[in-house]
Amino acid sequence: MAERSFASEVEDLRLGEGEVFRGEGILAITKALLQSGVAYVGGYQGSPISHLMDVLADAKDVLDELGVHFESSASEAAAAAMLSASVMYPLRGAVTWKSTAGTNVASDALTNLSSSGVNGGALIIVGEDFGEGSSIPQERTHAFAMKSQMWMLDPRPNLPSMVDAVETGFELSEASNTPVILQVRIRACHVHGQFTTKANRPPRYTMQEALQNPQRDLNRIVLPPASYLQDKQKLNERWPAAVKFIKERRLNEWFGPEEGEVGIILQGGMYNSLIRALQYLGLADVYGDSKIPLYVMNVTYPLIDDEVAKFCAGKRAVLMVEEGHPEYLEQAVNTILRRRDINARLEGKGMLPLGGDYTADVLTKGVETFLEAHAKPLLGNRSPMPTAAGVLSNPKVKALADVVPQRPAGFCTGCPERPIFAAMKLVEQELGPHQISSDIGCHLFSILPPFNLGGTTMGYGLGPASASAFNVASKKKAVSFLGDGGFWHNGLSSSVGNAVFNKQDQVIVVVDNYYSSATGGQDILSSRAENERRSTNNSIVTAVKGIGAKWVRQIDRTYDVGKMRDTLKEALTSNEPGPKIIVASSECMLNKQRRVKPLFDKAVKNGERAIKQRFGVDEDVCTGDHACMRLSGCPSLSVKHTNDPLKDDPVAAIDQTCVGCGNCGEVAEAAVLCPSFYRADVINNPTRWDRSVARVREAVIGFLQRRREARRPVFI
Amino acid sequence: MDRTHPDKPIALAILAMGGQGGGVLSDWIVALAESQNWAAQSTSVPGVAQRTGATIYYVEMMPPQGDRMPVLSLMPTPGDVDVVMAAEYMEAGRSMMRGLVTPERTTLIASSHRSLAVSEKEQAGDGIADSGVVVEATPVAAKRSVVFDMQTMAEKNGSVISAVMFGALAGAKVLPFDREAFEGAIRAGGKGVTQSLKAFGAGFERTVTPVVETVEKTSGKEFLEPPQSLKDPRLDKLLQQIRQNYPAALTPLLYTAITRLVDYQDPAYAQDYLDRIAAIHRLDTSLSGERHDFALTREAAKYVAVAMAYDDVIRVADLKTRSSRFARVDAEVGKKQDQLLYMTEFMHPRMEEVAGTMPAGLGRWLENHPAVFNRLDKLVNRGRRVQTRTVFWFFSLYMVAGMRRFRRGLLRHERELSHLNGWLKLVTETAPKDYPLAVEILKCRRLVKGYSDTAARGNSRFERVLSNVPQLIGKPDSAGWLRRLTTAALADEDGTKLTGAQKTLETAFEAEQPRVA
Repeated sequence: MAERSFASEVEDLRLGEGEVFRGEGILAITKALLQSGVAYVGGYQGSPISHLMDVLADAKDVLDELGVHFESSASEAAAAAMLSASVMYPLRGAVTWKSTAGTNVASDALTNLSSSGVNGGALIIVGEDFGEGSSIPQERTHAFAMKSQMWMLDPRPNLPSMVDAVETGFELSEASNTPVILQVRIRACHVHGQFTTKANRPPRYTMQEALQNPQRDLNRIVLPPASYLQDKQKLNERWPAAVKFIKERRLNEWFGPEEGEVGIILQGGMYNSLIRALQYLGLADVYGDSKIPLYVMNVTYPLIDDEVAKFCAGKRAVLMVEEGHPEYLEQAVNTILRRRDINARLEGKGMLPLGGDYTADVLTKGVETFLEAHAKPLLGNRSPMPTAAGVLSNPKVKALADVVPQRPAGFCTGCPERPIFAAMKLVEQELGPHQISSDIGCHLFSILPPFNLGGTTMGYGLGPASASAFNVASKKKAVSFLGDGGFWHNGLSSSVGNAVFNKQDQVIVVVDNYYSSATGGQDILSSRAENERRSTNNSIVTAVKGIGAKWVRQIDRTYDVGKMRDTLKEALTSNEPGPKIIVASSECMLNKQRRVKPLFDKAVKNGERAIKQRFGVDEDVCTGDHACMRLSGCPSLSVKHTNDPLKDDPVAAIDQTCVGCGNCGEVAEAAVLCPSFYRADVINNPTRWDRSVARVREAVIGFLQRRREARRPVFI
Repeated sequence: MDRTHPDKPIALAILAMGGQGGGVLSDWIVALAESQNWAAQSTSVPGVAQRTGATIYYVEMMPPQGDRMPVLSLMPTPGDVDVVMAAEYMEAGRSMMRGLVTPERTTLIASSHRSLAVSEKEQAGDGIADSGVVVEATPVAAKRSVVFDMQTMAEKNGSVISAVMFGALAGAKVLPFDREAFEGAIRAGGKGVTQSLKAFGAGFERTVTPVVETVEKTSGKEFLEPPQSLKDPRLDKLLQQIRQNYPAALTPLLYTAITRLVDYQDPAYAQDYLDRIAAIHRLDTSLSGERHDFALTREAAKYVAVAMAYDDVIRVADLKTRSSRFARVDAEVGKKQDQLLYMTEFMHPRMEEVAGTMPAGLGRWLENHPAVFNRLDKLVNRGRRVQTRTVFWFFSLYMVAGMRRFRRGLLRHERELSHLNGWLKLVTETAPKDYPLAVEILKCRRLVKGYSDTAARGNSRFERVLSNVPQLIGKPDSAGWLRRLTTAALADEDGTKLTGAQKTLETAFEAEQPRVA
């Protein structure tokens, strides 16, 4: 992490025995890793688990003291492969990423890892990016656990439960020689809570010991015949061992009365919402005391048949609360019940929505339906439940739907990617629309207004690869974008190498903003910052030339809209075979401000001459056509109503948050928009020379101004 | 069956946009609750690092019962939220739309300032959402509301909006904690404490002692009230014509127009304007315009002034070099006494503009000789960074502005005048046949704006819209049709909506034809 400090979070990692940790779920998990004697940690940043990576990247001292190795992996595949250290050695290792996006990338290694089996505990912490606020398709990591026979923990979303899951996860992994997935949802990652800490524990076995005493066992290598043997072990040894451990250690939990006509089975992650739903129905209190038996699956894979059977036996009906689809758990529970001929009726997706967040509101409705069908007396005389239906049907509230605008995330103020897409839009005005393939990263906001550029997104670093099929002779070339993050993650080989090898006649724009910006501004190979623990400043241009790209242009200032436009045009009209690659580089403004602002303020405070720039609009020159808006979308560039009675439409206005990136002026110039924009250069602590020059200028200019203004007729 | 325990947490939702400090605010609230030995939990879904999209932070808190910790929810439930805090006015609207604000429970604390969404900004016309709808919905949805411009208050106090909102929360007394406890949470946070406390205090006071402040969509248009007489006899002559010849309701508009045109050119130019308006007013009177409140005269008074004060190079140079502009920029940027400020203008003159600023004959000759024109364009057509507060550049602009006295002989003026005449001819020909349509033709002038290509596009849309006038004359709701065409022309950049609207118009009248026949 380059420009943001996590020093105070790092201090939390040092908490000792019996102290109270207060903070976010994902940081509690980070602390739990250290309490569990983890020997190495890797991963790939992404919401909602970025903070785990960020804090450990800043925690060099803590990690060194304990002898824990931490790495920012190049991709989730690299992170998953890192866990192979636990195959032969009793080393506890943990990796983390956003799922299912990252799990998809990691699958190759995970398949082999779970076939080999592990000796040391291997924990995969996945941030389940599901539901409201998610930025990826709504899939379930659960499927990966089932197909590869890895165990899956889904603890209740409070800090003590999540911390316990880390510790028992390692033990479960070791007891069953199987990697374990710890699934945490977005809100659980960001939940603020507290837990009582334990002292950090150095790893029992160290990385150095492993390197000094290398071990190999042919049976652990995935190659026939060992791989068939491993498959048998999975079924005959590791699975039963896991079931035994989970049962003995009571990893799943039971709440509410022992007996009941009906019961509810739920994923651990659903616990808080379900308790709230029961509370609304008068069937639980806020302290979690339920009047209905609950079986909480903190382990959602494997299922413990005996526990499920025992819970369901003697009940008329059981509701399975399982977020996401398909309904793997409901199917599995049904199988268990059928096999044992238990006649409790199992309800699930028939009464709850097939997809989407299981909020308290949704669950209340589902549980109510369930109880109405199977245990109506439990609902009693039903006290009124919270609802907004009344107010939402009021016409004055309904009218809001017509005025409240959508507000998706977009480019930040001063973002260096904005001028790239402004230039692309100008090129399209000249050369017509193009097939544009987008990638994952901030630059994907180009698909939104005002740019409306980009047709598909296929995965991280896969933008240019997803334009592969268009490599045919045509008057127009395909265009693709990918970010520096995607480039190093996967793009260099899968996209650029692929395009070079297949002599693809497409234009590839690498959006290089010096960081992995969308995930929080982490350093990557081509970052410009010096980072003593990582190798940075590796050029993207050198890399693409190294794998054979011939037509390569570097743009060092993306804000030069004219140059950007001309370079894109040149690429689109070039006759040279093979991909035309433009590396467009300027620093992420969010991180630049973090870096530069304190330095600037300090310089001003110390009396040094320092120039601050920002933009403005002359509102009497602006005609209110908003052409500039359609090439910008900058949060600091807005419109406002004027009190000029001769102007109908609002005029452009720039607010105090402008960072003076220059896009407005460059766009006005390149697109020949209008002369309304000005840049104001404010000189702090001007020198004596500055002042003298300014005095002369003021005198001359003032004289001319007074001269002309004296001649103007005055309305008095 | 036994009753369940009745305790409930206090639920609080914060709607903010990335970068507004919603996270800081929820941290303060949690710290506050924890400092009073309450259990508190906050969650959010800040999916991406960017500083824009709308985000909800959600906090629940309650005192623990002995060692029994409550199970708190991670998401707000519609109808079950005690306090909603919105860091922007349309976000307040969103909170009501989502059912988070209900009249039985919810105190709504919202900032009335607007931060416009891209969809509101990119329209060529006025796309700004109507805050009035939020104003109307608030008393319906909220049990109680605290609404004022927290953003401006934060800026005035050198802090960010979250601090003012925290102050408003304290002032609203919806949490059972006193002011000191709130301030303690800010102090414990440790960052920018002094400014935050100042902004907090301002928000607190403003909430405890409310000031009446109305939220309006549009700022009031400032018409100038004409004085009885003017010292300058040339100007007084203009004023007296306005006073004598027009209904009193129109005098502020006409007076505003002549001040603009005198400022733009000279008193004679304003006289030229009044002559044109007088002709239209005579027509208006002959058509019993008083029944329409002299709408024809009124719209002509406005749009002829706009048309005559067209934006040319001379006007831009004039506006850019005024001392009043220098002062305004200094104020807007917040220049302090010990600082210096320089402006750089971004100008991109093309040969079209240069030719327009030449004597009409010469300009036309150039345009008719593309070889010469294009060669000169190569010299001229490029972006110029003009540093207006340096002597050389100021003098250059000053000279251009000084060409004002030759304006009437320039090519651009000739063009503008012929355009104006053509348009007014259409108005005067239409008015006797279809008065409301003629008024709407005047209003179409709104489409003509911008510079260079934007202006060209605006002009072409103006022509396209007016091309429908002949078929509209005398048709039912003809003015309404023209207005809809104008709105469509302003809605997007590539003119798709206008094309669509024109198609609709054609089919509408096609369908009507059998009936007419």
